[in-house]
Amino acid sequence: MPETKRGKPWSLVTQSSPLPGFRLSMGFTLTYLTVIVLIPLTAILLHAARLGWVAFLHTVTAPRVLASYRVTLGSAAAAALLSAAFGLLLAWVLARYDFPGKRIVDALVDLPFALPTAVAGISLTALYAENGWIGRYLEPHGIHVAFTPLGIVMAMSFVGFPFVVRSVQPVLEDLDPAMEEAAASLGANVWQRFTRVIAPVAFPALLTGTALAFARAAGEYGSVIFIAGNMPMKTEITALLIVTKLEEFDYTGAAAIAAAMLALSFSIMLVINLTQWWVQRREGKRV
Amino acid sequence: MSGRGCHSSSALLQPSMGQRAGRVVLIAAALIFLAIFLVLPVVAVFMQAFSQGWAMYRDSIHQQDVLSALRLTALVACIAVPLNMLFGIAASWAITRFEFHGKSLLITLIDIPLAVSPVVAGLMYVEVFGLHGWLGPWLSDHNLHIIFAAPGIVLATVFVTFPFVARELIPFMQAQGSDEEVAAVVLGANGWNVFWRVTLPNIKWALLYGTILAASRSIGEFGAVSVVSGHIRGLTTTLPLEVEMLYNEYNFTAAFAAASLLTLVAVVTLVLKKSIEAATGVHQRGQEKEDEL
Repeated sequence: MPETKRGKPWSLVTQSSPLPGFRLSMGFTLTYLTVIVLIPLTAILLHAARLGWVAFLHTVTAPRVLASYRVTLGSAAAAALLSAAFGLLLAWVLARYDFPGKRIVDALVDLPFALPTAVAGISLTALYAENGWIGRYLEPHGIHVAFTPLGIVMAMSFVGFPFVVRSVQPVLEDLDPAMEEAAASLGANVWQRFTRVIAPVAFPALLTGTALAFARAAGEYGSVIFIAGNMPMKTEITALLIVTKLEEFDYTGAAAIAAAMLALSFSIMLVINLTQWWVQRREGKRV
Repeated sequence: MSGRGCHSSSALLQPSMGQRAGRVVLIAAALIFLAIFLVLPVVAVFMQAFSQGWAMYRDSIHQQDVLSALRLTALVACIAVPLNMLFGIAASWAITRFEFHGKSLLITLIDIPLAVSPVVAGLMYVEVFGLHGWLGPWLSDHNLHIIFAAPGIVLATVFVTFPFVARELIPFMQAQGSDEEVAAVVLGANGWNVFWRVTLPNIKWALLYGTILAASRSIGEFGAVSVVSGHIRGLTTTLPLEVEMLYNEYNFTAAFAAASLLTLVAVVTLVLKKSIEAATGVHQRGQEKEDEL
């Protein structure tokens, strides 16, 4: 086992440690990260870059591709809002109330994380199809879910809402009841206690959870493609368009659209990290 | 955790009649939402799977293609999960036991697979190993198959489950600190002894927890695997892909029968996850935020 090098000018280590294994663990970590993540990621970006700026823009703004962004981002935004509403409700109920079966409900929230997306996709399609358990009650009212954008929103909400619950729930649980008591003793009613005491603390978590739900929804594939109907220009999501391009052996087109999706993913990641940094700084100031 | 929440002893927060009614309404709304949105899809899988009776269900699962999909899925998980366990241990050892330049950048890079769409993940490996990719010509000269073969499926699965173990271990080992390990080293233990005798016993539940999440995801992964698989029946279809193919052939009963196996895996995952949380305190609240994106 190589001993940790300390104090040498080329060393990565900024502080010496008596523990061994830095070079071994760091070497393996960096090699593995490079092989599994960084090189393949670069391959896509370089392939897209080989197109040149003009051709790249032309590819990623073709009418069918633009339509797929509209479908994907529009549905993901709607799903994120739905997730925010129901996620907040569930987080509130789980953090604040006791009721029989609470632990089962708490475990169930993680189901969309655990259920394979293809299973969720075919099951939701079966439920919301014209003759499905839910679809048959909606169809007479003119509400078509399966094979419409509404179906895409349903599938995206399914995979997205646990992110909101798991972001908001711990914050609500950690909220000191003394703050609310203080507000109540000063004459604040329920609504004021919620908007003035709870909301400011829970809001950043809600924002993070909603952003995570949006990110997941925008990249989602398995649960969406079964219920979407996949009509070009109408219900075709961007992830499916990449697969379609691949099946047509248009590797460059696929790489270009994938690069556009990566740009979106990384922007969302950045927003989430900035939000967390902002919250930490704010909390640091308060303490 | 008890004592928090609404059950405050303070008379100021004693709920009024209206608030109690509001609470009932909120709980009822949450339960109805969960029943329709989460429970119903699971029930539907089993109802559809058994819609033609038990014999049909048994036959659907015993089809040759489903069995070989099951074998491939198990094989892929058995390769991908240990690799990511190894990575998780190495990364968390380096990150939590040493101070070095670029640590927060490294942590961010580990999270990348959580942010990437599964389809894009699959495409990345096509770009490297596919016939038109970087290594494609060389691989085909040497008659090596990665894309549209099992190795590509393993790679795609490794990618999507990449951060799961590391993300459990890093906060856990950070919270534990390195005092015990330093003591062991000072007393003369060598690196492997420290790891096997001190570190591993301490982190075993967090490691198991992350491993379960990684295993569950690798069994159920669809998008990334779908791009690199080529959908060759009996050879490169994992169980989720088999579900898709059966479904697209309008063989709904068989599709849902195969899906019911995956649903069972998901339910077992949830039960194990909650049991470990309850029994060991691993994965405390507040650490859960960005799981399993």
